[in-house]
Amino acid sequence: MNQNTRNLIIIPALNEEKNLPIVVNSIRESCPDFHIVVIDDGSTDNTKAVAERLGCDVVSLPFNLGIGAAVQTGFLFAKEHGYDIAVQVDADGQHLPEEIGKLIEPIRKDELDVVIGSRYVTTTNYDTPFFRRLGMIILSAVNSLILGKKVTDTTSGFRAYNRKAIHFLAENYPDDYPEPEAIVLLARNGFRIGEVAVSMRKRVTGSSSITPVRSIYYMIKVLLAIFVDIFRKKEIREEHGN
Amino acid sequence: MEIRVQIISVIASLGLIFFIFELIRKRKFLEKYSILWIFSGIVLFVLAIWRSLLEKLAWVLGIEYAPSALFLVFIFLGILMFLHFTMVISRLTTQNKRLGQEIALLKHELEKYKKQS
Repeated sequence: MNQNTRNLIIIPALNEEKNLPIVVNSIRESCPDFHIVVIDDGSTDNTKAVAERLGCDVVSLPFNLGIGAAVQTGFLFAKEHGYDIAVQVDADGQHLPEEIGKLIEPIRKDELDVVIGSRYVTTTNYDTPFFRRLGMIILSAVNSLILGKKVTDTTSGFRAYNRKAIHFLAENYPDDYPEPEAIVLLARNGFRIGEVAVSMRKRVTGSSSITPVRSIYYMIKVLLAIFVDIFRKKEIREEHGN
Repeated sequence: MEIRVQIISVIASLGLIFFIFELIRKRKFLEKYSILWIFSGIVLFVLAIWRSLLEKLAWVLGIEYAPSALFLVFIFLGILMFLHFTMVISRLTTQNKRLGQEIALLKHELEKYKKQS
């Protein structure tokens, strides 16, 4: 890959007017060569206006479609505008833009198609609530079992994708809680996936979307989806133009 | 078989068929979604009016009271219908998602062009 790659940062945002300026400004500081698109997933606050004032491209979904569909909209945007690398960064400030360089390094070198920024590859300063951690451990065990490869942080949304992965995910991306399922989907379709260790921060303001009750639904839904995926035919087809 | 339950079953299934027909006629039902309904109505009607068939069916299923077989068939058709609904809703959800995404992307493009001109 040459130096003139076009890089995109996808920020899915639902009611993040408070965190967004911090996140966008720190991205601009550490990754000035990245274009930023904010996918506003039907926010009821001023997320859209705030993002526009910050000078980002804003794609505003007409109603709340869920994180999976929002991120997929980012992939559609990246595909349409011909980006080479897309990095998903959450709007809540957990993901540190300083780490993006580390994340895209394996893609630049063409060693991987998908890179996951992982909290647990080595010790980093981030502690997770108990329920979520339990869920993550189970999911990572299941994922590792299916893929025959160790994936430690299957729920991390801090990921980088190359062009091939962008095009694939623009057509196939899971709904609701997409992260663990996406790994299985990508691996089964022959994409090279790897992890790099990154530091993450606790949320700046607001609360996580994952409550203990939801995490049970989350677990069941994700495990079912992963289980069913095993019995599906591979989705990958010949690139259909455009 | 008790004659009263038979009369009620015949009237109810005829009513169902008529009602479905009316809904299609008024274009409140798309034909393609009403086929399963019409089929169900006809099955129930046939079993209600054709006593010996229902009794034979009940015997095959090991049901002593023949009208119970009618309920069983009814429940079976009901489940089939629910499965069909879930299928249709899932498809609509997927299409709806893509529509939302496409609209958002188009709107974004449109606003960009408006600003330029």
